[in-house]
Order: sequence, then C-alpha cells, then structure tokens
Amino acid sequence: MCLAVPMQVLELKENTAVVDMGGTRKAVRLDAIDRPPTVGDYVIVHAGFAIHCIDEEEAKITLQYFEEIFADETSR
Amino acid sequence: MKHLDEYRDPHLAGKLIDKIKALSHRPVRLMEVCGTHTVSIFRSGIRSLLPPSITLLSGPGCPVCVTATEEIDKFIKLGQQKDTIVATFGDLVRVPGSSSSLQKERADGADIRVVYSTFDALDIARRNPSRTVVFLAVGFETTAPTIAAAVKETKKEGIGNFYIIPAHKIIPPAMEALLAGGELAIDGFICPGHVSVIIGADAYRPVADKYHIPCVVAGFEPVDILQTIYMLLSQIEEGKAIVEIQYRRAVNFTGNEKALALLSEVFETCDAPWRGLGTIPDSGLRLRDNYRALDIETKFDLTVPRTQDHPGCSCGDILRGVKTPLDCVLYRKVCTPSNPYGPCMVSTEGTCAAYYKYHD
Ligand code: SF4
Ligand code: SF4
Repeated sequence: MCLAVPMQVLELKENTAVVDMGGTRKAVRLDAIDRPPTVGDYVIVHAGFAIHCIDEEEAKITLQYFEEIFADETSR
Repeated sequence: MKHLDEYRDPHLAGKLIDKIKALSHRPVRLMEVCGTHTVSIFRSGIRSLLPPSITLLSGPGCPVCVTATEEIDKFIKLGQQKDTIVATFGDLVRVPGSSSSLQKERADGADIRVVYSTFDALDIARRNPSRTVVFLAVGFETTAPTIAAAVKETKKEGIGNFYIIPAHKIIPPAMEALLAGGELAIDGFICPGHVSVIIGADAYRPVADKYHIPCVVAGFEPVDILQTIYMLLSQIEEGKAIVEIQYRRAVNFTGNEKALALLSEVFETCDAPWRGLGTIPDSGLRLRDNYRALDIETKFDLTVPRTQDHPGCSCGDILRGVKTPLDCVLYRKVCTPSNPYGPCMVSTEGTCAAYYKYHD
C-alpha cells in the first residue's frame, strides 16, 4: 500500500507538479517534498504526493525495479 | 547507465553472496520490516541463495495488514451511516472484518469509493456538499504527511463535510514492541526504505541502543538487500549495534523535515491497536486539538463490540514473525488472494500473498 515510485517532473505549477512514469502522466502535490524540484528532476511519489527529490541515475535504478516487480499487479 | 548495470550484475550479487557466506559463522535471524522488501526477497529468490544459517523473517510491514479487526469493523459501521461516502485506499476494501467487509457493504448499497490520494477524497467532498465524506486514514509515516496536508487544506478552505478516521501506525515503536515481547530472537533489522525517507535513519537509534540490535535501512533491488544483509552480518560479527543506511540514494539520517513538520502540526502520537501486536503505546497518530473536529468520531459514535479475528487465521502470528503462512491451516486450502480470510493475503505486500505468489 505504501509503494513509492520515482517519477520525472515535466511541469511545475504552484503546489503541484506534472510527473511522468513510462508515459503515464499525473499531477502530484508538493506539500511534503524535502526540497523543491526543477523540471527534469526525479521525485519519489507516494499516494499522489512527491516526498523526496533524487538524482536521475539513482531514480532509474529504483524505478526499473518497481516497474518489473509490480508490472503484473493490478493498478491501484 | 553504468550504475544500473552494477545493481543488476549477477557477478556482483554472486560476490556479495560469497562474502555473506564467508561471514556466517553462527545462526542469525534478520527481520525485514517492510512488505515491499518481503516481496522483493521472494521474487528474487534471495532466501534460497543464502547460507542456511541465515533466517529471514517477515515483520509487520504493511499498513493494511496491521490494521486491527476492530478498526475494520469501525470502517464498516461508518459505511452503514446515512448520507455518508467512505473514501479509502484500494486494498482495505477487501479486508474481512469480524462479520463483513467494505466490499460486501458496497454490494449492499454503501457508498464506498476507492481513491488514489487524500486530495481525491477532498474533491469528492467538494462535489457532494450535502453528504459527509470520510477518508479512512491508514498508513505509516510515508502516508501520514499526505493526510496531514489534506486536513490542513480542509480547514483552510473551510470545507465543512470532510472528515477522517485516524488509524495511522508508526513503525519504530512496533519494532520495539516486537523485541520487548521477547518471544522472538531477532539479531538484526532490515529497516523500511520509504518510511525512512520521511523519518530518517536516526529514528531507529532507540532500537539499536536499547536492545543492541543492528539496524540497516535498505533499498529494494536484490543487490541492495544482499548488501544490507552483509552490513548486518558485519555488525553482528564485530559485536556492534548501530544504525546504518544502505539505501543512501533516497534516505538520510534526519529525514524529510518538511513532511515531519506537517505531521507534527496536525497530529500527535497516541496508543494504537495493531493486528497481532495488541495496543502499542505511542504508536499511532491522532489529530491535535486544533484539528480534532475533523475526526469523524466527534460526530458519529463508531464504537464496535469487541471483535474476533477469523478462527484459524494466523495473520497476527505471521506479523510477529513467529509463524509463516505455511503454518496456517487455511493457507492455500481455502485462503487465497481471490478469497482472502485475512489481510496478509489481501495486500500485495502481505506475507501470505507473497508466499502464495512466489513460494512453491
Ligand atoms: S514501503 Fe512502507 S508500506 Fe510499503 S511495504 Fe514498505 S513500509 Fe510497508
Ligand atoms: S493464509 Fe490466510 S488465513 Fe492464514 S494467516 Fe494468511 S491471511 Fe490469514
């Protein structure tokens, strides 16, 4: 339930960011992020909130794993 | 992507396993607290690669699994109130309470809606001003700040029909309760990755110091977990019990200050019931006075009779690491992911679901 996946920031508005993971776009809130991201950064997203900003290389390591591990799960 | 290849390099995994073997001189029991780790360990077959002297135990690592039956019964009672919409994360809907589930209530006409985020729940409230909308606020420290943000916004905007049932749990007190229980010998903790993004690795210091148990915060790749096991074994060998971070790419020692500030502005700790662990002091969160009016229990009486878990279901023992699903008489025979008897089979990160999927 508390799965948190890295997604890339495409756009920034006031308190939200549009993020992308493998072509899926969504808006996430920035209320709880540790430091403000810039476009192109990766953020760890949990339940509609970005909770941590990480660098690209590192994001990809975690991201690929989650894509594989949960590829066959029903989307939640 | 040199970095990624390294994490996938079977050679590196093989080397780590050799190093682990060279270090294992005595039986050790390591507990992974986080359900995502449980899934990762099963999926990558790590258990079968480790020397037999190392036992990996699964702990209380999924918020859905540790939600107590009495809490589920409260959620169900709430669903039965007139003019009420219940908004919840998906997994909870299928968890059996003592005589029903949210899914059954929905089939009987209750308005229960699955949301992805607390702000989706807030939107439902905005669009249905004549109805009471209640969000079932379960989750660990990763989720609680997101709920705090929604609570703040509700107050700021003056939305009058949005409430929550606070049912959060916080992790370090549960780890201490497991150790204090004394029924389980644990030699090291594989600490949760994303909870630690918020609380920071320092939060495990009391566990390491008071109980002399090594704690290492781990990432989710197989190589992350192998390295974590190696770090724990090294500590055990050297007689150390400190907190270390393997998952450095996301976690630091002090945590996410902004999320923690949000949390403590809206919530304060309280005692909370855990499935299998009983009531643990200061392991839950309730709304502070300033926000207390948003707790639905100030409006409805949701007291439920004392409840019983399904007879035969061993989820409680599994969450304490004293049994595995294989010890449960219902496992696989009648309890399956499509017909779960307990939450450990409902949640994707539940131990029973992981066994069902990956254990032959
Ligand atoms: S990431 Fe959080 S909720 Fe998810 S399994 Fe780990 S501790 Fe549990
Ligand atoms: S197999 Fe089913 S009944 Fe047994 S402990 Fe797991 S969830 Fe409970």
